[in-house]
Amino acid sequence: MTEDKKGDIVGRGNVEGANLFREWFAELTDAAKNNQGAAYVFVMGSMAELLKTFDFPLVFPEITALQTAVRRVADEYLTVAEDYGYSPDICGYVKADIGVHLREREHPMGKIPKPSLTVLTNACNTYVKWAEIWERMYGIPVFVLDVPATREAGGQFQPGSSDFARDCKYVEAQIRELITLCENISGKKFDIDRLRETLAYANDMNVGWKRVLELNKSKPSLFNALTDGTAYLGVSNNFRGTKEGSQYFKNLVEEMEYKAARGIGTQTEEKYRLAFVGVPCYPIFRRFSEMFTQWGGAFVHSTYLNFASGGANMGFEYDVNRPIESLAEGALISIRDAMDSMFHHDRMIIKMVKDYELDGVIYHPIKSCRTVSTGLADGRRAMMAATDTPSLFIESDMMDKRVVSEAQMKNRADAFFEGLASRRLTAAKTA
Amino acid sequence: MAYAAGVDVGSTQTKAIIINEAREIVGRSLIDTGANVVLAAENAYDEALKNSAIQEEEVEYVIGTGYGRYRVTFGNAQVTEISCHARGASHMFPNTKTVLDMGGQDTKAIRVSPNGEVLDFCMNDKCAAGTGRFLGAAAAALDIPLSELGSVAMQSERPVKISTTCTVFAESEVLSWLGKGKKIEDILWGVHLSIASRSVGLLRRVGIEEELTFTGGVTKNPGVIKALEQAIGFKLNISDDSHYIGALGAALFAFDHIVSSRAPSSAKEAA
Repeated sequence: MTEDKKGDIVGRGNVEGANLFREWFAELTDAAKNNQGAAYVFVMGSMAELLKTFDFPLVFPEITALQTAVRRVADEYLTVAEDYGYSPDICGYVKADIGVHLREREHPMGKIPKPSLTVLTNACNTYVKWAEIWERMYGIPVFVLDVPATREAGGQFQPGSSDFARDCKYVEAQIRELITLCENISGKKFDIDRLRETLAYANDMNVGWKRVLELNKSKPSLFNALTDGTAYLGVSNNFRGTKEGSQYFKNLVEEMEYKAARGIGTQTEEKYRLAFVGVPCYPIFRRFSEMFTQWGGAFVHSTYLNFASGGANMGFEYDVNRPIESLAEGALISIRDAMDSMFHHDRMIIKMVKDYELDGVIYHPIKSCRTVSTGLADGRRAMMAATDTPSLFIESDMMDKRVVSEAQMKNRADAFFEGLASRRLTAAKTA
Repeated sequence: MAYAAGVDVGSTQTKAIIINEAREIVGRSLIDTGANVVLAAENAYDEALKNSAIQEEEVEYVIGTGYGRYRVTFGNAQVTEISCHARGASHMFPNTKTVLDMGGQDTKAIRVSPNGEVLDFCMNDKCAAGTGRFLGAAAAALDIPLSELGSVAMQSERPVKISTTCTVFAESEVLSWLGKGKKIEDILWGVHLSIASRSVGLLRRVGIEEELTFTGGVTKNPGVIKALEQAIGFKLNISDDSHYIGALGAALFAFDHIVSSRAPSSAKEAA
């Protein structure tokens, strides 16, 4: 790669990601216009690799919901749902999505097609209650993929053990049931060669995602894990198992390797390396990040990039010679890791402190997501007991601007950096 | 003689402090913030200058703090009140390990290092329950001057249990207890216990360690002090200047700047 290519490669992941995102919405709008039924799926265990073989358009309601917040119109959708009777205290994603449905699936980025089925996992305890709403609205089947052995961090059954093999069989049997359901709904016969193809594309994505995350150990860090990382994450979900997704991640790895080799970071001066724990504050997505970057803080990793990628960070590679069995293995390994990234983040963060040379950890509990937020206080205490790393607990919401108090959040961020600066000064004096 | 100043623009009151090279307070002022935050900062600073009989030109560096710190237009820099209360408390009470700052609209629990650095902190979240505003709502409902609230409350023998955590609903709960014939002092003591309980909850998040220095405007209320000391089981550090500790911390940071700007360039680089 020559220097004159810099303009083409640096920032390419964001540009291509935005283009793909628009393409995804355009496809959804076309599907809606053609009255084509979609598969409604979730980021933690979408089973996209399989559903793509039946040509279902995929709707990720978590992503369509959060897009209303990024586009600063979430309040309109939340209000529609609350006026209908939903409580202010339930998941903001659910309410924004219900608002979209109550508005005939009109979305700021296009039109959302009706569901033909929904596929979910037990990774989030709201998924099934959410899916039941669509079941009542549209009379569609709800398929729950139960992923076992997920709540015992560090103690799960590993490949090679008979227990792991048994768990895989359990997941595999469910996948075979899902295949039958998809055949019935789509009217198409399952094509195992198409599954081999989508799995191969997903392999490129998984390997690429893992590599990209690892490359951000570079100093300076190569991408902002909170903002850029979330853009990459969107592609990893929406284009899983596709040629476009495969190529995107190959390009992204190339971009990051290029930047790593040349020391091209995200900031003029990276003063503090930070990890983020939780779900982003989408109502003030950019400004939230700027509260930290303006002090020279760089987000080098985020637990969100692990769990909201459905565990793609594990870099699992499917064996295309035994596709259904391998899909089961991949689902088991990746989805349970996604859950660990939410529930046992302390282990991950403690490791990251060393691997990513962290100066601080930002915990972001959010009002409307109990699944992600409940254990953050425990995780933070465990992290602080194990490492001497400063951390900040900063509370807001992923969707609802009414509980996002920007001035108070900035005050906390400012105080956190004053503490980091003072700590560094004291260390320099005593060195 | 060089002087430094700190101006703490709070939601209810604005405080200014001027210190000398020995880090002694030589001037202070406290005024209501009101609607014009810029003017409040200017007036408080002018008053502190008059109080100290020091000319403005003699003050080499001014730091603004508090929620209105960016409106201290004559200030040279801004530092959050979290850092300032930690610094001021450690200066006034050198064995401080924990700070509780209770102001008009927020309450902060801060764990500090021996040299006054913030190790951890926690604040009330987007709600004024457990702050001075909560006391203000009760005082308004009972038509009692804020300054007498604590002394009236401490006459209580059978406090009621205030269950609401909402400042707005506190008023209606107080009125409902009055309607049930409860004594004013019992209702008020219930309010004080409720505030103490919420504050101790914040303190536990950062860890309660002696000595604990209590700062902010609510330090003027003996009822809150008594309720807090009952809840945590030991005496709090309080002085007549506890209300000014945020401004004092800002002035101390300002003096740090004066000292570092006098240092030889090699020492400055190290800093």
